[in-house]
Amino acid sequence: MSAPEPIIARVLSRLGAATLDAIARLGFATRFFIAMVKQSGTAFSRPQLIAREIYQAGVLSLIIVLMSGLFVGMVLALQGYETLVRFGATESMGVLVALSLVRELGPVVAGLLFASRAGSAMTAEIGLMKTTEQLAAMEVMAVDPIARVVAPRFWGGVISLPLLAALFSTLGIYGGYLVGVRLIGIDVGAFWGQMQAAVDWRYDVLNGVIKSIVFAFAVSLIAVFEGYDAKPTAEGVSAATTRTVVTSALAILALDFVLTVFMFRGGPH
Amino acid sequence: MVMSPSTAVDGPSSSASIAPAASGDALVTLRDVSFGYTRERQILSGVNLTVPRGKLVAVMGGSGCGKTTILRLLCGQIRASSGEVLVAGESVAAMNREQMYAHRRRLGMLFQFGALFTDMTVFDNIAFPMHEHTDLPEDIIRDLVLMKLNAVGLRGTAELKPSELSGGMARRVALARTIALDPQIVLYDEPFAGLDPISLSVVGQLIRRLNDALGMTSILVTHDIAESLKIVDYIYFISEGRVVAQGDVAGIRASTDPFVRQFVDGEPDGPVHFHYPAPALAEAFS
Repeated sequence: MSAPEPIIARVLSRLGAATLDAIARLGFATRFFIAMVKQSGTAFSRPQLIAREIYQAGVLSLIIVLMSGLFVGMVLALQGYETLVRFGATESMGVLVALSLVRELGPVVAGLLFASRAGSAMTAEIGLMKTTEQLAAMEVMAVDPIARVVAPRFWGGVISLPLLAALFSTLGIYGGYLVGVRLIGIDVGAFWGQMQAAVDWRYDVLNGVIKSIVFAFAVSLIAVFEGYDAKPTAEGVSAATTRTVVTSALAILALDFVLTVFMFRGGPH
Repeated sequence: MVMSPSTAVDGPSSSASIAPAASGDALVTLRDVSFGYTRERQILSGVNLTVPRGKLVAVMGGSGCGKTTILRLLCGQIRASSGEVLVAGESVAAMNREQMYAHRRRLGMLFQFGALFTDMTVFDNIAFPMHEHTDLPEDIIRDLVLMKLNAVGLRGTAELKPSELSGGMARRVALARTIALDPQIVLYDEPFAGLDPISLSVVGQLIRRLNDALGMTSILVTHDIAESLKIVDYIYFISEGRVVAQGDVAGIRASTDPFVRQFVDGEPDGPVHFHYPAPALAEAFS
């Protein structure tokens, strides 16, 4: 029998293999994305396919997103009150809640929820279609699975997430109103008036919307790619689903930091 | 008649060995085809195979011997490392994307476990290729789908989901979808796997009847020797990526070739060994 390989050589060999694998996967992901963009025309020429995916990814995520938004807004108001009352600035609660939600929490938390609820479902569905040879069957029927299965899910996700983020922020602000005005007793006029005066449409709201669109592209791409690239076994689909949630969460948080650096530099004026 | 491994595979004699199956108009030809996912491990090595128009030909061999790879080569899902895969005289490897899709439209493939679309009803599964490739009005598609379902005896399942069907019924529905657009060539990948004896016989008879009634050419990849001998015209045996024997049904039944005998009689050891290659037992335990 040959002598065992030294540990350092084994570590280097594994590191090298993992690096090569990561580069190959990145290359495949890029080719996959280009193929999907090319095939998107087919998906948009049959809007019922995208509408179905908006229902699956968006409408079926409504309950969790709306309820989470409401509770996040209520908690923000309670925590905000604790701080604001020390400075006698409780009338600014509306501003605090609205800015926190439209700039940050709306896009980020809605994105994380979307990745967990809809992204994982997309990955599992495409992965299972691959495992049960449904994608191969389509290919053999001269139907491109990227055009028929992947692109509609991708665009369904891209359209759904910004709408969900907007609804998350809306329900969050309403939750803040319920706690701040109805429960604590802050003046209703001050709550809405200060919010209206302090929240800038382009600087705050539009930047939040841009964030949610960027997150939507990232999460949807990760979800459909992981499903398409999943190993066609039960473990493979399970691992791909986990990777979708983990990678999406990290991508959202990292992209949020980068976007925030470029978007918010000390006020609209 | 049965060809022994020496006459069936190698060198110039291979063209002579193909002659029995090729009597008539060859629709599918594999000429000295080799394929491997890595350079070290070849799945197919120098395979020669011919399927005449209108015939039902079986490709048989143990699990992992490269049978399904032949079907994937014919569909253009993979390309041969060397040699030629010809369908109706056209090289599959030389086809561009449009030609490949046109080529696939004349093929039908029945997958091992049906590969029915689980989010659609039985009706929608069979209508799927019609919706994708034709502009037929809905009422015509409806009639065609019901005719296809009737051909496999399952018209009453149109509104069911695939999860509500038994394994044998799902295979028959998949067969109806495979013939939805009246393909020229039908490829069957282990159509008998996991079926009870009645379902197995039903599927076998359907494959034969549909081949003859619709004038199709069929390639049946299977390791079910008993059912295959009842329905096919010609058989190729594959082992370790090579054609090791071939012949018509009478020839296979009468064959004394050790590989054919082991396969037909289901012997655990023979030319195909029971043990995976390993060091000697004494060496392993020392």
